[in-house]
Amino acid sequence: MNRIDALFQSDQKNLLNIYFTAGFPERDSTLKIIQELDNAGVDLIEIGMPYSDPLADGPTIQESGSMALKNGFTLDLLFEQLQQVRSITNKPLILMGYLNQLMQYGLEAFCQQAQACGIDGLIIPDMPLDLYAHQYQSIIEAHGLHSIFLITPRTPDARIRKVDTLSKGFIYMVADSSITGKKGGISEKQVEYFERINAMNLNTPRLIGFGISDHATFSTACNYAQGAIIGSAFIRHLDAGNVVADFVKMVRGE
Amino acid sequence: MNYGVDEHGFYGEFGGAFIPEMLWANVEELRSKYLDIMYSDSFQKAFKDLLQHYVGRPTPLYYAERLSAKYQTKIYLKREDLCHTGAHKVNNTIGQILMAKRLGKKRIIAETGAGQHGVATATVCALMGLPCIVYMGAVDIERQAPNVARMKMLGAEVRAAESGSKTLKDATNEAIRDWINHPEDTHYIIGSVVGPHPYPDMVARFQSVISEEMKWQLKQVEGREHPDYILACVGGGSNAAGAFYHYIDDERVQLIAAEAAGLGVDSGETAATSAIGTNGIIHGSRTLLMQTEDGQIVEPYSISAGLDYPGIGPMHADLISRGRAKAYSITDAEALESTLELSRLEGIIPALETSHAFACLPKMDLKPDEILIINLSGRGDKDLNTYMTAFEL
Ligand SMILES: Cc1ncc(COP(=O)(O)O)c(C=O)c1O
Repeated sequence: MNRIDALFQSDQKNLLNIYFTAGFPERDSTLKIIQELDNAGVDLIEIGMPYSDPLADGPTIQESGSMALKNGFTLDLLFEQLQQVRSITNKPLILMGYLNQLMQYGLEAFCQQAQACGIDGLIIPDMPLDLYAHQYQSIIEAHGLHSIFLITPRTPDARIRKVDTLSKGFIYMVADSSITGKKGGISEKQVEYFERINAMNLNTPRLIGFGISDHATFSTACNYAQGAIIGSAFIRHLDAGNVVADFVKMVRGE
Repeated sequence: MNYGVDEHGFYGEFGGAFIPEMLWANVEELRSKYLDIMYSDSFQKAFKDLLQHYVGRPTPLYYAERLSAKYQTKIYLKREDLCHTGAHKVNNTIGQILMAKRLGKKRIIAETGAGQHGVATATVCALMGLPCIVYMGAVDIERQAPNVARMKMLGAEVRAAESGSKTLKDATNEAIRDWINHPEDTHYIIGSVVGPHPYPDMVARFQSVISEEMKWQLKQVEGREHPDYILACVGGGSNAAGAFYHYIDDERVQLIAAEAAGLGVDSGETAATSAIGTNGIIHGSRTLLMQTEDGQIVEPYSISAGLDYPGIGPMHADLISRGRAKAYSITDAEALESTLELSRLEGIIPALETSHAFACLPKMDLKPDEILIINLSGRGDKDLNTYMTAFEL
């Protein structure tokens, strides 16, 4: 069974998904960070593939990506680094990046490599839903990979239903109308949106991401979904040279 | 005629809307409404009225006698440089500001390279009393200082894009991010035939007034609507789209697109997208773009800020790939030479972008009775600093 499905079927609460950028802060820090995240007890690990023009991301993630590219990051290097990853963690691993990266690598070749490394899912925010269903889904699924789609406060109900049928593993529920890395608390309006989605009784579980940065926002998000995703706040923590485990403890409120 | 775009916004294999979900509602709102709004009577009336009385249309189709004599052929210039604000860009911003008002939007954002689109956007925002924020690459802010000053005088806020190459591509990224953060009240006025569907089609339709006028103007002087060639420079491709639009299905007309080769197509310092670009995705559109094998977008170079873009509108990617349009790569030096030639032969100082179109002339095999129209997309005032350095004035 896909590790993402196994995790959600275990009915755990307060799932913590941490995003980090591959090749940042150092070219070869990818595996070390995965190891430390695993040791610190995160539940899912999302590996960002650095991209020159990451439209959905804010300055923190873009800068970490630029740094990784300067460090010499390539997809081939990433897959080389990830060859041994299953000897250090059994956690679900998700690759996040942009469709152009997959197109240029070759979708089939990309999926083969991802599968060989033991990757469980993909988040490609600029993948159009219709095109996915017509062109990409069969190849991606044939390699045992889950495609995880996003919804936002402005996604209409009918489209959410469509995402519910296409998104595998979980739905990435974008907490706010914003790019990644926004700071601040969770507003009443956001809570209304979380409740509206819960009332839809979707088949696919959800994780809430964007703007989750600390214990307060993490625990609020966990009241309305199975867990939450943190990216920019973790990158800032790494950038300041801090220890991975301390971040996870802070978020968990330990 | 639909001029190539299908209902999903594709021109052949190019186009579409490859956007993160955070943009979907904005783009879908526009997509579902733009044609109905554009072709309503009240919109058409307001649009035509402003083009005539505010922009100064129709722009002349001018027979360039001395230039024609030099190249032994008949050359007409479509004088978009005489538009209010000095370039064709305003045709699109007039259309989009009227669109924004009908969509009930209260805040306008735009990206700009040379600053021409920024000025054209700031202008229509002043005209309509809407707040305007223009994203501009930090590098471009330096090299297009007069246009930055113009935007400020018009009441716009100019925000520097400090990421990536700090030019047009990055300004566009920042504008898109602003739109993601302000989805409800903001309209994004894109300055060229780029971006996710419906932008390329919408901008092409607004600019199509250029070829609409060419048809009857040429008929008056030559007794026929079609020239043998139409030449235009291509950054994203909006002035070319407007100049080609009503002739796309008329195979008698050869369409010529001038791209910026910078220091040379193979120099590593270029913006000649169709020459060295490959199929990929940029700013929500599948098109030809300059990228590494790994799909990282390459930073372009051209002396001309308005052509300094690593992609090309999907319509042009389609026209060029299927051989309907022919692309020429023009170096900085060739463009500068044409700038002086046009200044001295016709008393017209063109924008640097536009000079690239004129620089195709020596490369073409022209015959005496052939008719050419060159789209004179803008005037050179904004480039005086560059010209002063290049020509040691
Ligand atoms: C005078 C002029 N011509 C051409 C361009 C290039 O844009 P496009 O290819 O969209 O016409 C610009 C862009 O700033 C411009 O200012």
